[in-house]
Amino acid sequence: MTLSEEELAEELADGTLTRPPSRARMVAGRFFRSTQGLIGFAVLALMFLLAFVGPLFSPWTYTDKDFTAFMQPPSARHWFGTLQTGSDVFAVTLRGMQKSLVVGLLAALVSTALAAVVGAFAGYFLGWTDRVLSWVTDLLLVLPAFLILAILSPLFGSGQWPLFVVMLALFLWMVTSKIVRGMAISVKEREFVQAARYMGVPPVRIIFRHVIPNLSSLLIVDATLNVSSAILTETSLSYFGFGIQPPDVSFGTLIADGSLTAVYAPWTFWFVAGLLVVTVLAVNLVGDALRDAFDPSSGKA
Amino acid sequence: MDEPVLEVTDLTVSFGDVRAVRGVSYAVRPGEVLGIVGESGSGKSVTSAAVMGLLPPGARVTGSVRLRGKELIGAPERALNSFRGKSLSMVFQDPLSALTPVYRVGDQIAEAVRVHQRVGKETALVKAIELLELVGIPRPAERALAFPHEFSGGMRQRVVIAMAIANDPDVIICDEPTTALDVTIQAQILEVLKRAQAKTGAAIIMITHDLGVVAGFADRVLVMYAGRPVEVGGVDDIYYRSRMPYTAGLLGSVPRVDRRGRQPLTPIEGNPPSPAALPPGCPFAPRCPMHVSACDEEEPPLFEVGPEHRAACIRWQEVHPRGPGRHAAPSDGPRLRARGERSVLEVHQLVKDYPLLKGAVFKRRIGTVHAVARVSFDLRQGETLGLVGESGSGKTTALTQILELAAPQEGRIVVLGHDTARLSRAERTEIRRDMQVVFQDPLASLDPRMTVHDILAEPLRTHGRPDSGRRVRELLALVGLDPAHAARYPQDFSGGQRQRIAIARALALEPRLLVLDEPVSALDVSIQAGVINLLDSLKARLGLSYLFVAHDLAVVRYIADRVAVMYLGRIAEIGHVDAVYDHPAHPYTQALLSAIPLPDPERERSRERILLEGDLPSPANPPTGCRFRTRCPKFRTELTGEERELCVGVEPEVRPVGEDQGAACHYADRRGVG
Repeated sequence: MTLSEEELAEELADGTLTRPPSRARMVAGRFFRSTQGLIGFAVLALMFLLAFVGPLFSPWTYTDKDFTAFMQPPSARHWFGTLQTGSDVFAVTLRGMQKSLVVGLLAALVSTALAAVVGAFAGYFLGWTDRVLSWVTDLLLVLPAFLILAILSPLFGSGQWPLFVVMLALFLWMVTSKIVRGMAISVKEREFVQAARYMGVPPVRIIFRHVIPNLSSLLIVDATLNVSSAILTETSLSYFGFGIQPPDVSFGTLIADGSLTAVYAPWTFWFVAGLLVVTVLAVNLVGDALRDAFDPSSGKA
Repeated sequence: MDEPVLEVTDLTVSFGDVRAVRGVSYAVRPGEVLGIVGESGSGKSVTSAAVMGLLPPGARVTGSVRLRGKELIGAPERALNSFRGKSLSMVFQDPLSALTPVYRVGDQIAEAVRVHQRVGKETALVKAIELLELVGIPRPAERALAFPHEFSGGMRQRVVIAMAIANDPDVIICDEPTTALDVTIQAQILEVLKRAQAKTGAAIIMITHDLGVVAGFADRVLVMYAGRPVEVGGVDDIYYRSRMPYTAGLLGSVPRVDRRGRQPLTPIEGNPPSPAALPPGCPFAPRCPMHVSACDEEEPPLFEVGPEHRAACIRWQEVHPRGPGRHAAPSDGPRLRARGERSVLEVHQLVKDYPLLKGAVFKRRIGTVHAVARVSFDLRQGETLGLVGESGSGKTTALTQILELAAPQEGRIVVLGHDTARLSRAERTEIRRDMQVVFQDPLASLDPRMTVHDILAEPLRTHGRPDSGRRVRELLALVGLDPAHAARYPQDFSGGQRQRIAIARALALEPRLLVLDEPVSALDVSIQAGVINLLDSLKARLGLSYLFVAHDLAVVRYIADRVAVMYLGRIAEIGHVDAVYDHPAHPYTQALLSAIPLPDPERERSRERILLEGDLPSPANPPTGCRFRTRCPKFRTELTGEERELCVGVEPEVRPVGEDQGAACHYADRRGVG
């Protein structure tokens, strides 16, 4: 039962000096050991590669118009065919994908992070912090998000997409934050949080080290769902002409246009729609694998 | 000799591929008490559920269970229903979930009667009231109209027993009937069970992990391990002449409340095997101190080792348990060492009240719970103070007050030389480094989302100590765990190992004061001994002081130097362990000590219990004067009316009654308790 000091020293000397197995390293290891996570991650990486490197291989840019080919099906000259205006579908699709991937992923991350932080602070501190934060949450919940976005849309001119991301995120986090607050209250009562408090860990660090990681299942599922809903919100905004402004394109504008011609010129619609579905699927795979990697009770390490 | 009333032969239960019970056979005769002992996971509860036919549909049961010659295994559900509750009844561990919350208890007992007997509603209710009186519920006619939530835990268990004996059963199966109860209540319930048995003449099967309960209650004992009986015999044979190393180990690992001295307990190494992955040969072989290679060849059958005594060990002739008589030898008078000079913790006249609120929107204060009422004690460097008491005694509240490091409502707390009412930020951080805590449930107190490495590194990081990798490995080795396991999560460890991790975390910063909140009560006996030994050796090596909160008085006697007994928010008695345990002066301490069952059948039979009546009064409305007077045997029987006035009118303060012993009783006198 009791090791003498010499034995102890001996044991530590032979111990291979591996790097300490901290949580971040364990989670990364578990994530990349799951096939699901690997596939999702690879597909997502491919999509980014396609969106940002793909245009370099295309003879057309998204603003070019081929006046010799209107509404042509895919061919060697136009890989995905052309639109009514003579735009190359491949070029505009990739351009739209650049915007949608960045906007969708960022908006989802920002909104989930916001939800986690606001909810956890409100739930952990309670009292006045909770009252103020809950009031802000409720206020944003009752404001008609679509209307505000529509009014502010002139601001999202070219190059202003970061602002657009923030605005999108600002209207996605409230419900999750309310759930997080409730769960944070119950996590706060758990003994390991008490143990950390009695150890002298500052409250803010307890929130980031103990409370939020223990809500990670919920947060990851929420972030995954938010990616699709951010892309779709952006899509519907753009559909009404508020989001991404022409000549720039996004998945939203493309799907809106393509849906009109989808029946007799399927290439104008199906490539965009297909890529959207693949993106969302890949994000879901990554989310599932991340959730399992964070949750030590699932499967075997 | 009578015919056995219940005969179980070669009973096996499997869930899928996992064999939870592997060949259990026993028989009980009318009026006999059979104790089934085993640790968690040994299959003792599954066995009784199989006998009652209460297993989930996924379980496969083979073998034979005969009740008065009628086979129960494979009998149709209707036939089983006519036995259950009539000739075979059960008392469960948790009396709250065994009663339906929405029916009055009288009606529930009456229903139990009417299911099996053709009687009218009124007759059944009269019978129910008789039963309630039999199990010792005061004012039974009135209480029969109450709902289960209006009863205390002990009273509920009495109601459950009343239901179990409602139809004069032949066999009563008690599955851990007293585990959830406090020790004075446990003594009452065991008394009620004895009375119930005397009334009905039923056989009792007593399933428990508490070797003390079995010693005083059972006639014969069956020890189970890994789904099989490993030793069966008369209670004296098992306790004094055990022939199976597991039984001997189990008895050696129990701390005894009636023993002074500090011989290390002998824990059983390792953990019980998982029923899904049993070792080849004897399932106990990997943990057995007498293991030889022949043990791994095949599972030993039960050898006949004496009259009516069988043990499953191929080396049974060589097993010589160190009998309970032997290690009582070193009683060298009270070891009253001089107490250390430096005090690490002082609690002076501490008070904590909780408001009782009512109403959802506008909260009105309708009363006050006096959780801790003017409690004082101190703890010196290198000392262990045990804080004991039943649930509701205020020991946890006192502990939280100390750990919060905030100014107390009233009174003074001085931790490591600093008054908590006047702490600067830096001082508070410093105290947090020097005072660490270990909680009762290691699974709850370790963050499930963190690796063991992160858990152990957290205190180091918080207080700015670099080079955590090396220190973490050191800590793991210190508490007897493999340093290579740092990458695992707490869930991958067994209960005892988890508690070792929690202890390692508390030791990370080399604290001076360790606060232990029931650190071993969630662990099995054989594991518990290992953790107690660890705590004891760490204290000596690292010069720690412990504040040890527990309800188990035996553990406290083993580990503590001084002990404070709490009752209803007050200290009843405080002093050196040997003084308090050998010659308790307060009537409550006397009753508490006499209520603890000893794992020693002969002493159990000869000892006289001081039974406390009733339950702990509500701390919202404590009795005037001495808080213990409502249950005090001395107040009721020995004192004259004049003397009683003092108890009713004046609350006693702790007064010295010996060299290092004080009691809060107006009429304290030191006496030995059997």
